[in-house]
Parts: sequence; structure tokens; C-alpha cells
Amino acid sequence: MFGAGGGTSSYREVEETEVLFLWGANARENHPIFFHHVLKAVHRGARLYAVDPRRTTSAQWADLWLGLHVGSDIALANAMARVIIHAGLANGEFIARATTGFEEYRKCVEAYPLDRAEQLTGVPAAAIEAAALAYAKAEHAIICWTLGITEHHNAVDNVLALINLSLLTGHVGRYGSGVNPLRGQNNVQGGGDMGAIPNRLVGFQDIRSAEVRARFEAAWKVPLQPDYGYTITQMFEAMDRGDLTGLYVIGENPAQSEADQHRTRRLLEGLDHLVVQDIFLTQTAQLADVVLPAVATWCEGEGTVTNSERRVQRVRPALTPPGDARDELWILTQIARRLGHQWEEPTAQSVWEEVRTLAPEMFGGMSYERLEALGGIQWPCPDESHPGSLFLHDRLWAEPRGGPAAPFSVVEHEPPVEAPDDEYPFVLTTGRRLDSYNTGVQTMGYPSPLRRPEALDLSPEDARRMGLVEGDLVTVASRRGAVTAPVHVEPALRAGLVFMTLHNQDDVRVNLLTIDATDPRSGTAEFKACAVRVTAAEN
Amino acid sequence: MDLHLRDAAPTTEERDAVDRILGAPASGWDGGERVAERDGHLAVGGHEARARRHLLLPALHAIQARVGWLSEGALNYLSTRLTVPLAEIWGVATFYALLSTHPRPPRVLHVCDDIACRLRGAHGVRERLEREIGGPLTEAGHGQTSESMDPGERGWLPSPCLGLCDHAPAALLTVAGARPVERLIANVTPTAAVAALRGVVPDEQRSRLPQKGTAGLRLLGRVGVVDPDKLAAYRAVGGYRALERALELGPDGVIQELIASKLMGRGGAAFPTGRKWDAVAKQKAAPHYVICNADESEPGTFKDRVLMEGDPFAIVEAMTIAGHAVRAEQGYLYIRGEYPLAIRRMQQAIDQARHAGLLGPAVMGKDFRFDVEIRKGAGAYICGEETAIFNSIEGYRGEPRNKPPFPVAVGLFRKPTLVNNVETLANVLPIVLEGGAAFARIGTPESTGPKLFCLSGAVREPGVYEVPFGATLRELIALAGGVPDGRTIRAVLLGGAAGMFVPGDAPDIPLTFEGARAAGVTLGSGVVMVFDDQADLKDTVLRIAAFFRDESCGQCVPCRVGTVRQEEALHRLAARKPLGSAPQEQALLEEIGAGMKDASICGLGQTAYSAVESAVKRLKLFENGSVA
Repeated sequence: MFGAGGGTSSYREVEETEVLFLWGANARENHPIFFHHVLKAVHRGARLYAVDPRRTTSAQWADLWLGLHVGSDIALANAMARVIIHAGLANGEFIARATTGFEEYRKCVEAYPLDRAEQLTGVPAAAIEAAALAYAKAEHAIICWTLGITEHHNAVDNVLALINLSLLTGHVGRYGSGVNPLRGQNNVQGGGDMGAIPNRLVGFQDIRSAEVRARFEAAWKVPLQPDYGYTITQMFEAMDRGDLTGLYVIGENPAQSEADQHRTRRLLEGLDHLVVQDIFLTQTAQLADVVLPAVATWCEGEGTVTNSERRVQRVRPALTPPGDARDELWILTQIARRLGHQWEEPTAQSVWEEVRTLAPEMFGGMSYERLEALGGIQWPCPDESHPGSLFLHDRLWAEPRGGPAAPFSVVEHEPPVEAPDDEYPFVLTTGRRLDSYNTGVQTMGYPSPLRRPEALDLSPEDARRMGLVEGDLVTVASRRGAVTAPVHVEPALRAGLVFMTLHNQDDVRVNLLTIDATDPRSGTAEFKACAVRVTAAEN
Repeated sequence: MDLHLRDAAPTTEERDAVDRILGAPASGWDGGERVAERDGHLAVGGHEARARRHLLLPALHAIQARVGWLSEGALNYLSTRLTVPLAEIWGVATFYALLSTHPRPPRVLHVCDDIACRLRGAHGVRERLEREIGGPLTEAGHGQTSESMDPGERGWLPSPCLGLCDHAPAALLTVAGARPVERLIANVTPTAAVAALRGVVPDEQRSRLPQKGTAGLRLLGRVGVVDPDKLAAYRAVGGYRALERALELGPDGVIQELIASKLMGRGGAAFPTGRKWDAVAKQKAAPHYVICNADESEPGTFKDRVLMEGDPFAIVEAMTIAGHAVRAEQGYLYIRGEYPLAIRRMQQAIDQARHAGLLGPAVMGKDFRFDVEIRKGAGAYICGEETAIFNSIEGYRGEPRNKPPFPVAVGLFRKPTLVNNVETLANVLPIVLEGGAAFARIGTPESTGPKLFCLSGAVREPGVYEVPFGATLRELIALAGGVPDGRTIRAVLLGGAAGMFVPGDAPDIPLTFEGARAAGVTLGSGVVMVFDDQADLKDTVLRIAAFFRDESCGQCVPCRVGTVRQEEALHRLAARKPLGSAPQEQALLEEIGAGMKDASICGLGQTAYSAVESAVKRLKLFENGSVA
């Protein structure tokens, strides 16, 4: 990997590229603003490839939809790599100057000939070949992915498999070529930027580094512990072991968003103390000992957000928060005070100034004045004469190369943890729809003309075989739990594959079904694949 | 794509009609049967599917011709096949008068209700139909499926000008089915109209070719003389010698001759043709396209129909010369849907030319590829506008585009495009054969060459007349036998609905570009419609206003609103119930007219007031003691 976690390309590059892959990303529904940029590209003539088990509304826009089996992304990517290498289209010059580990990678992908890939992925060999050649031959090509890649037990390997393709072809570090995880909210990127992740401080600085800690300790005048914190999955494991007994939840709804919901609720209920800070009284908040009503930061708060193209933008309050809702910064300051730290009265700007000092390589040049004048600035932006960075990693193309070489990673196909069997013959994959957001905390409170009641999406073939029609009630059961939902017959699915969302957990608790198999490195659970049984429900 | 399909399914006939245009579907995603093994893991679409958008109008025609109307199921199927959203297809389907999204019976008679036919008995046809068949078809049953609605066996509709003013009154019979029928009926009597609806399919015959056989005609010389069905007959009288000569001259040579000829476009705008060809030829973007604009829909105009019906190979030959000169490989002949005989003859001419190697990958054995495809309009006057024609061919609503960019640079499929009227192209043959300089000596110094005029209304011999530029209006009317029965001329409409009236006492206007300009009139498309002392000019003006209101594409506000307000004001004036006083009403009309003229994006809105204005000001139509 390359280091800091962020998409490498700008929206502008997406619009101007030649070949776009949406891989495990239904951007049409889940990243609708980003998809406008995709559509601009399409209308300019860019070829769109959609890699997704379902023929989603995004895939309907694609020149080619590769409907792979759930969790066979690495097999597909490796087979594409093999095609590219055998066609003589690997970018030898870039590989030599900017990467390491090519030989091992080459040997690895050699084991993914097209016939094997077709068998593993279900995608016809000719289509895999066509997609590979299109990607390699394009002057500019961009791969975008989201949760279809990362909500797997081998999430990191999946991402690495895609990055390998970019290294193989030199489709990274140049204008119009890149690799991009799409962010699901206005400030997912910003959360990571600010260190709201278990292993990094502000600006993706490794907490294990003594040098990094020294910088922060000097500023904060407190000693910092040197270890990585828990990912959310690890937190629940720690609760299970009894190691973690208190939890402070800010703007999350784990009671409904985590896999294997029976277990999640049991663990939350078993805590000694649970504090929830949110703008709604979520299901998690209802379990809490203390609820701290916070402001809606996007309209009532002051500060900055960072979008998918790493653009830091100013946010200003448009509304006065209702009732006792308080600014998050104020709440945190009060808690710090109760814990014996007399912070001065920080403002959003004073915190930002501290960020600029502590992560100057990324944010040093981003004064509030410049953020305002330039309409946001893309990191890294080290000083006030720097315009911000349109794309990342041009260092790989610099003469001589800047920084360390980018390593190829040897990654192998590993199917999802739960394979369908006689007892649970369907693969359930979960996702989201245009009209709703995650567990529905922010969207179920208002109607949408697009929204329909939560249902089990079932292929026409399975529906016919099982004698089910639209609206029939079925019981969907996994090894962990069961829910009842009406059937929606969905041509985007093929036989054996079913789909549900997590939007309406109050009515249909889909995360009772999902499996708590997580990638140990990223901590994400395999929401995209579990085995279920579907039976007609008794009315 | 977010197609948002409805539930309705196509019938077998509808599916078959579409598949004949688009080919059989390639997969379940493409509208075919869903095959789990094939369609579960792969879908091909995107640009490839959307690139067939230009087949939308032909496919809509195919359904209409097969079933008689466009059901929801049929449109659903088309939406799936082309990956064009249903709403957009609906937008296109409802744009055209000949297409119907509500149930229509298979047998429909479109009865011309326009100005020339009104002068010659259209009303009687209408009355008889109302009595014997019933009132005109209405738009009940929108959004129906084929199964759920029985529209009956037959019906009729009033129609704007069918381009058969020399045989007025006219009607167009369409019979949908596996072997659809389309016939333009000349001199339709009330009895013939009823008979056509009851099952008679009349032959298409054109009796009126008043100059047939006259020596020295350059444009009409072969019309009515040489068999239009046979390439051999055309070649026997020197056909395709012009193309031979053009290939010798080379593209630049042809363009030089054209510039020297001083030929001006004959579609109405009178732009120098040589300059247009030169501009297209020089464009770097590729490919280039040639379009022959045969969407002749200006009320009172029928010269292009006469040329296409009577001399189809000449048009194909001229298009081929144009393709050679401007370095295009593909030509489109856009003919209005109301001209079935012209379409048949042109298609036959294209097929024969292709078969003889006069179109195709190596025209005349040379390293020159050119072919022509016919695109059939579907009843929309606006599609004759040179940029609306692009949208129509591309499968969009036939709405004009803003200019600039001009078609020579950004035209069909956003590529450099030559758009020429049929008559303009017909002039290319004598120019290439005789040389531009010789051609320029015909007519007057500023208006060179021969010109076709469409005489209709109160003349003894209506029809298309070819004269060298320079003849006066009086001479032309005399050529057509003058006004019958000793009547006097009350007014003449020059240039069609978009043209102007001149009073009957001003017949010495020279019909040249400069003469017309000096007289404050326009030649337009060559319409000369004569109104005698018995004609109801108020009715004519109201009809013109209704025509523009109906044919406005609705895209830009001045025209969409202005044409409605203009018609309303005229009705008030005609009923002697003006808003305020009559002068105030006329001032309002003047203001509406100025708004349309200044602010409409295309010629339709810009000229929608011109005939009305001339009737009000020159004929003093709404004043006491007016000539009307």
C-alpha cells in the first residue's frame, strides 16, 4: 500500500478518465453525488465496468457488467493481472522503477488462468479478458471500490488485489489514473484524517512511532500510550472476554449496525457503563446509562469535513441546535474537565490550528482563510504557498522516485467464511438503497417516494422454483438468527443469491443473520456474505 | 440506466416490429428471454446499447405501422432494447403527430385541413366524415396496453398541410398491419374519403405536371418523362454523368464550380451553397455527414415531393456528389412521413444505385465510400429546421438547437454536417455538368439559376413551375393559367405560412431574392398561393396562427407562449371582440410578434408573425373597408 488512507484521484480526473471500474460499489445508489461525476465521464465517452454480484442500477449504466460470485474478487483481479501480463501489457518500466515484489506477484497470478477464474467467479472468461485488456490498454483508468470489497473477512487482501492491478499497469500516481475507496458520508475521510481510528493519530501518524508520540505529547503535555487501540469488532470481543466494561459511543448505532445482532445486544447490555452521544435516540442510545444530545455537525456545527477526493472544506452552522443539544467540542471539553483536564475553551478553529501544527505535512497550508478562498483544499497541502494535491503518489513517477517503492502483494482467492450448503442454500449479501442510509437513523424519520418496505430480494428463478410471488412473506434464517420479510422478485439477482438492506432494522433485523467473521487487519465484518435458508412464512 | 419500466409487456407483433429494426435481442438484459446461465454473470450495454438511439424513431414507426399506435408494453420493450428511459421515449413518441401513444384504430385517414385544401373543398370532406364515420379521433386511453383497449376499426384526423396543394383537397390513408399501407390521396372527394376508410385503397397517381415535356427545363426535365422506377432509364438520358464529372473535378473542383455558380439554398434561408460545402469540407473533425432535407412541411410547398417522386435518382446522385465534395461517407435523406410515394421511390433509387455500385464502399469503382439512409419524419413541421433534423435523426425530440455552433462544424451526432434542401441539391447536377459560370448566367446577377415555384389556390393549373429567376409574380400566375372564372386576385401568399401576403394589386414583384427583398417580402420555399375575391382570408390567417401554435415545439418560451397568444388575439379580432379597442389589440399582436421574432431560437418562432403581420398591415384584414 501507499501509506495515508485516501482516494488517490480527484473528481475531475474521474470525469476525464477513459476507463472506470466500479468494483463492489453501487455508486448510483450509495454515492449518488460521486455518481454524477461518473456520469459525466460516461457522457464524455468513458467506458464503465461494473464488478458486482448483482446487476445494480450502477451496473445498468456499464458497458460491461461482470457478475462475479460473492467474495471471488481476488480470483477475478488476479486473473485479469495474468491476462495483462500474458498480453505484454504490464507496465515494465513503472514496475521496475516504482514497485517491489513483482516476481512473486507474477508467480501468484499465474495460478489464475481464465478457465479457473471463470469457475471461481462465474464470469465468462471472454468478459474477464475484455475487462483486463480495456484496463491495461487505456491511457487513463481508475478503479473505485467500496463495501463490496471491504465488508469481507479478507477485506485488506481484496483492496490489495485491486491496488496490484494499478501497480501492474502504472494506473496510479498520474493524472486520470488512480485507485479510490468511495466514502459513504461527507466526512468519513475526515474522521480518518483526524485520527478517529484505532491505530493512527491526526494525519495518519502511527501511534507506535516514538517520534510521532513525542510530537503529540509535547503539544498536549500528557503521555500517550504506545499501542494500537481496538477496532469496533475487537471492542466487542473484549466485551465478550470481560476486558472492556465501559463504552462511549459517538454517532454510531452498533446495536443495529453490527453483525450478529443477538450477540451485539447481549454484549452492550452487559456493559457496566454505556454513554451514547448522538443527534437521535438510537436503539443503542436506548440501552445507554447516559445519553448526550449532540448537534448535527453538518448544519449546526462549526469546523471542517473531508470528502472522498481528500478535499477539506469548511462547515458553518446554519441552524441553532434544538433543546439541550450541545456542540460536540463543548461536550468533550466538559468530560475532559470532569476527568481532571482543564482544557481551555477550544473553538473549532483553535482545534484546526492545532491539527495544522501536528500534521503539517498534510494540513499545514490550510488556514481557514485559504479553505474559504479556494473552496476547500485537497491534502496533502504542507504550506500556505501549496495549492493542494489533485492526485496522490506522483512521487512514484518522479525522477528520481520519491519515497519508498510500492510493494506488490501476493493475495490468494479465499471464499467467504460461510459457504451455502444443503441446510442454508442461499448466499445473502447486504447493501444499501438510494432512499435510505445505513441503519436508517438519519433517514427513516422522513418519507421517501422511492422507499419500499424492507424485503428479501430474490431472483425470478428462485421465486418461480419456490412458488413465491412479490409480497409473499418468507422466513430468512441463518445459523445465528431468523427474520421475516416479504419477497421482492428482483431480476438483478441470479439463482442462489439473495439481498437485503440494513435500513429498517426496527422492522427487519437483518443483522441477526449476518456473520461476525472479520478481517483481523481492518476489523470489518463480512456483511457481504453469509449462508441463509428461505422458507415461506406462516401467515 | 434507471429505466423505470412499467409492468406492461409487448405483444408478439410489437416485439417483432421492433426486432425488425434492432435485430433480435442478445440477452435477457436486452429484452430477450432471460437465460439464467448466460445472463446471471454478464451484461453488455452502455455505449454500445445507447449508440443505437438513432434507431428510436424508425422503431417507433415500425410499431405504429404494425399496430396502429404505441402501447405501454411496446414502449417498455423499446426502452429495454435501447436502454433509453421510458420517459425519454415517451417524450419522443408524443412529439410527432403521426405517432400515437393512445389507442388508434388500424385504419386512419389524415384529412388535410390546411390553407390550400381549405380553399378547395376540405371542409366538405370533413363534414361528410363527421356525418358518416363520426367525429375525429380523440386522445382517450393514454397509457393503455394493447390488450386492454379496442380502438375500433377506423377513424380520421385533421392534418396540417400534406404537401399535395396542387391536388387539393388531400388526405393520407394509413393502414396498420403486417403489410401496412400508406397512401397520399389526391383530389379527395367526400365519397372517396369515406370509401378509403371503408376499405378502398386508392392508387397514388399524380396527374398534375403542367410543364411536363417542356424543353430546356433543368430541374423538372425528367419529371413525368423518364421512368422514375428504373436506374437504366435515368442513365439513358445522361443520369450519373454529373457524378462522373464530379469525380474528375475532385472535391475542391466541385466546390469551386458551386461557388462560381452563386447558387443560393432553396429551402427558404437562401444561404450560399458553395460556401456551406466549403465550410464543411474544411472541418477537421470526422466523420462528416450529408443530410438531404426533404422534410418539406411548409404549407403550400410541394416542389421537393414532385422532384423525389419524379426524378429520385437525381437526388441520390446529387447527394453522392455532395458526399464526395465534403468528404462524407454517410448521407441521410430525411423525408417527411406524409410522402409515402416519395419514400418508396427514393428507397428504390437508393437500392438500385447501391446495387449498381453508385453507392457503397467504392462508388463508381473509385476509392470513395458513400451511402444514403432514409429517415422518415413522423409529422412535425419543426423537423425541417436544420438543427431539429439532427435531433430527430439521433432519436431525440425534434427540437432545434442553439446556434452557434453551426451545423457545418457541429451537426449530426455533433459532427460537421452539410444540410441541403432537395431542390438545392437538384441544382448541383446542372452546375457540375454545365459549369458554375454558365449556371451563374441564368437568372439575374444576384439570383442565379432556375427556380421552382409551387402554385396553388385560385389558379387554373396549380403545380410546380420551373422558371429562370427574374419572372414576376404576374408572369408566374399567368403561366399557371391565371385566376379561373373571371375572378380577381385578392391576395397572394408568398413563401408559405412563414411567408407574407401581398395584395392582389401588386403582382409585378420580381420573384428574385433581391426583388423580394426590395418589396419587403420573402420567396421562402417558393410558395405562391393565390386567393381570389371569394376566399375567406380571415379563416386562412386563423388557420396559419393555429398551425404555428400546433407546430411550435414548445422548447423556447417566446414561441410556445407567443403562438398561443397570437392566435387568441386573432380570434378576438375576427369575432370583433378585441381586448380594449381593435388598434390596441393590433398593438398587442405587434408586441407579441416582435417578441417571437427577437427572442425565439429558431425560424419557426421568428417567422410565426410574418404572415399575420402582412395580413394585418398590408391587407388591413381587421379594419373596416379592408380588402378582405
